[in-house]
Amino acid sequence: MTDDHVEALSLNAITKRFGELTANDAVSFSVNKGEVVALLGENGAGKTTLMNILFGQYTADSGTVAVFGQTLPPGNSRAALDAGVGMVHQHFTLADNLTVQENITLGVRPLFSPRLARAAARAKIIDLSTKFHLVVSPDARVGSLTVGERQRVEILKALYRDVRILILDEPTAVLTPQETNDLFATLRLAIGEGLSIIFISHKLHEVMAIADRVVVLRHGKMTGRARTQDTDKRALAAMMMGAEANAPQVAPANPGPALLELHDVTTPNNASAPGLKSVSLALRAGQIIGLAGVSGNGQAAMADVVGGLGSPTGGHVALNGTRIQHWSPRAAVQNGIARIPEDRHKTGTIADFDLTENAILERYNTATFSRGGWLNWRKSRAFADAIIDKYDVRCPGADTPIRLLSGGNMQKLILGRVLEANPQIILANQPVRGLDIGAVNYVHSQLLAARDRGAAVLLISEDLDEVMALSDIIHVIANGRLSPAFGRGEMTPAQLGIWMAGQGFDEVVPHAT
Amino acid sequence: MKWCPMRLEPIKNPSLARSLLPPAIALGTTVIIATLLAMVAGANAFSVIGLILSGAFGSQFALLETLNRATPLIFTGLAVAVAFRAKFWNIGAEAQLYAGALLTVMLGTGVLPWPSIALLPTLAVFSILAGAVVLLIPALLKTRFGVDEVVTTLLLNFIFLLFISMLLEGPLKDPMGMGWPKSARLIDEARLPRLVEGLRLHWGFGLAILSAICIWIIQTRSTLGYEMRAVGLNKQAAAFAGIPVNLVIVKTALLSGGLAALAGFSEVAGVKASLSLDLSPGFGYTGIIVAMLALLHPLGVIIAALFVAGIFVGADSMSRAAGVPTYLADIMLATALLLMVLAIMLTRFRVVRD
Repeated sequence: MTDDHVEALSLNAITKRFGELTANDAVSFSVNKGEVVALLGENGAGKTTLMNILFGQYTADSGTVAVFGQTLPPGNSRAALDAGVGMVHQHFTLADNLTVQENITLGVRPLFSPRLARAAARAKIIDLSTKFHLVVSPDARVGSLTVGERQRVEILKALYRDVRILILDEPTAVLTPQETNDLFATLRLAIGEGLSIIFISHKLHEVMAIADRVVVLRHGKMTGRARTQDTDKRALAAMMMGAEANAPQVAPANPGPALLELHDVTTPNNASAPGLKSVSLALRAGQIIGLAGVSGNGQAAMADVVGGLGSPTGGHVALNGTRIQHWSPRAAVQNGIARIPEDRHKTGTIADFDLTENAILERYNTATFSRGGWLNWRKSRAFADAIIDKYDVRCPGADTPIRLLSGGNMQKLILGRVLEANPQIILANQPVRGLDIGAVNYVHSQLLAARDRGAAVLLISEDLDEVMALSDIIHVIANGRLSPAFGRGEMTPAQLGIWMAGQGFDEVVPHAT
Repeated sequence: MKWCPMRLEPIKNPSLARSLLPPAIALGTTVIIATLLAMVAGANAFSVIGLILSGAFGSQFALLETLNRATPLIFTGLAVAVAFRAKFWNIGAEAQLYAGALLTVMLGTGVLPWPSIALLPTLAVFSILAGAVVLLIPALLKTRFGVDEVVTTLLLNFIFLLFISMLLEGPLKDPMGMGWPKSARLIDEARLPRLVEGLRLHWGFGLAILSAICIWIIQTRSTLGYEMRAVGLNKQAAAFAGIPVNLVIVKTALLSGGLAALAGFSEVAGVKASLSLDLSPGFGYTGIIVAMLALLHPLGVIIAALFVAGIFVGADSMSRAAGVPTYLADIMLATALLLMVLAIMLTRFRVVRD
């Protein structure tokens, strides 16, 4: 595939500083025509900054970007696009209320174009989708598509613009194993057509599977590059982390009594995701229950019910054997439920609050942090300092606005905030999404430690590897329905994938654990 | 068609110069624009600014006049700052001000024959309650039905002013008022005393400063202030953490309405002694400017109110001396506000040309 040594894209000694932080330190790499290069690195390693420089969102302090030998003018966001570089972002940039075709042609031609032009556009889209196996109807409304289909639309959007270099930012984060395989098939077709691909990822096995070469970033510096055929996952992890990565060793669980039980819980569907459909589940002390599934299949409803944001419309929830009457986030916190939210930026923290203010967010009104309506800032600050110290939150100090922290450090603060209350039940919703391996291992070891001291853990994740590595019991959730319980090692990823695709539910009568 | 695309790039950690320079330039530009306009009006450019300054701060009389004028603006500015901090867009400080004034004349014209020491606090408390109730309606409409409070608070201004007008033509009309739509005068016990004997500055000013300090303490030290800031910055995260978002919005509205009402109490009990429709030349609306110029900081509200009051008082006196219309003051305020909003944006973003 890489016989053709035409240099499609080259970044030369890119350096970018933000104040004292050097986000990119003389980073150089190139991508040849018809080649997949993986950009691997921890969170905050500088991958996003590098891509922003490539697209002219930031101006590099020094260094140049060249596409097919042409140096791009710095700080010009159109230059890269015009030169044929396209990017599929982790968070899609599609208009839900427009059709697939309208989304693809948006910005390229006017929405109200002559019928002839539209027919031509349509023909081109159908041609591209057949050629690259990107199955999606041009007339479907994007709002009605699954996450996997939306990603196909994003890729089509780039291909429609005749990109020669395609950048994919964490493309597999939201896909099932099957969808990931489909994506890889598409990418192989694309490089066969002479496209070049930059594949940004944390997932080592995917990088090994799809990339020809790997470039590793760490703390803004390039710490390694290798051909995938000459390296292995362990070596890559070492380059990424600066040390040999070690996944947590999981001891067998020692489950105790049920702390939180869902009895035939049903919740209403909402616009974007189904609710729960008669779900029964028991969270036991000393046990991690993993909830696997493709995003948007009822995970949010499950998290809301356990976390206190939603109440069932059918069935009921029992805490320590007692049926819950009044359920709210505050009641959940007071009853010893630690909640690690799915989106640490939007729901887990308040960006402009400092670490102290964020640390007390759930418990500012308790006797620990306030009395008679007046906050005790001294105690609050001490609490934040203790979390920073104990959970190794890297920050300039507790009075730093939390938006300045990297995702991993933000998550460590959330972890400290909830674990310091010695919770009996832990709801971990996508606890390591977007984190680097170091932070991932840290979060996982904390969850295991909590389990071993007798907490019940509900782990909701779209990352099957994570669910399989940590869970003592796995359930699959699909379209709001819960699969039977599967023990550790009972199922292969492919078997779980079948359940995740929504099959199997009607053959077996689901039973509660 | 060719155009030059520009983008805003957020600055993560703005430097001190970055935070202070744009506002300073905004103020400087305001002065320059005002000077140019004064020249258009046929006056000597430099004397106009001098006249405004000396008219506002140049003598004891001028200074006290400015402080008096700043008093209602501190109250309405605080009302707006408190509400905006929680992203509750109270545009109705004018109505709440009149609600406070209404209660002051209803209870202060002889119904309660009490000494000052008991009567004045009572009037203040009832004014606060009246203002709070007026803003409670939009707050409940927002939290219950999702009705946009910008619309309801704004429109309530007109409704409430017409209501006052009706009262002044009817039950509240002063029988000794020679037919003017004006309420009876307050009894002497209901008048706010001078802050310093012999100087034309009433206790309303002291109350305003005290209120600003209290609000500052509430915002930085109390759980309510913490809740209000959390709700304003990120409703979703606040709700997730268990903060009762709707209750906080209602509490914010009560506080904001009460503060605006104190402006009405202070103007009636401290200055006018009776209620008429010219009680407020838009103090409620000017309060929005004051709050924005103060970047919603309660102590900044004091400074911003003094600045705005200074321009008004100074422009009055300049107008008499130089023959330039007092509308110059409105233009200066509008310019200052627009430039300041731009300047605030530039402290947090830089413009990048593609």
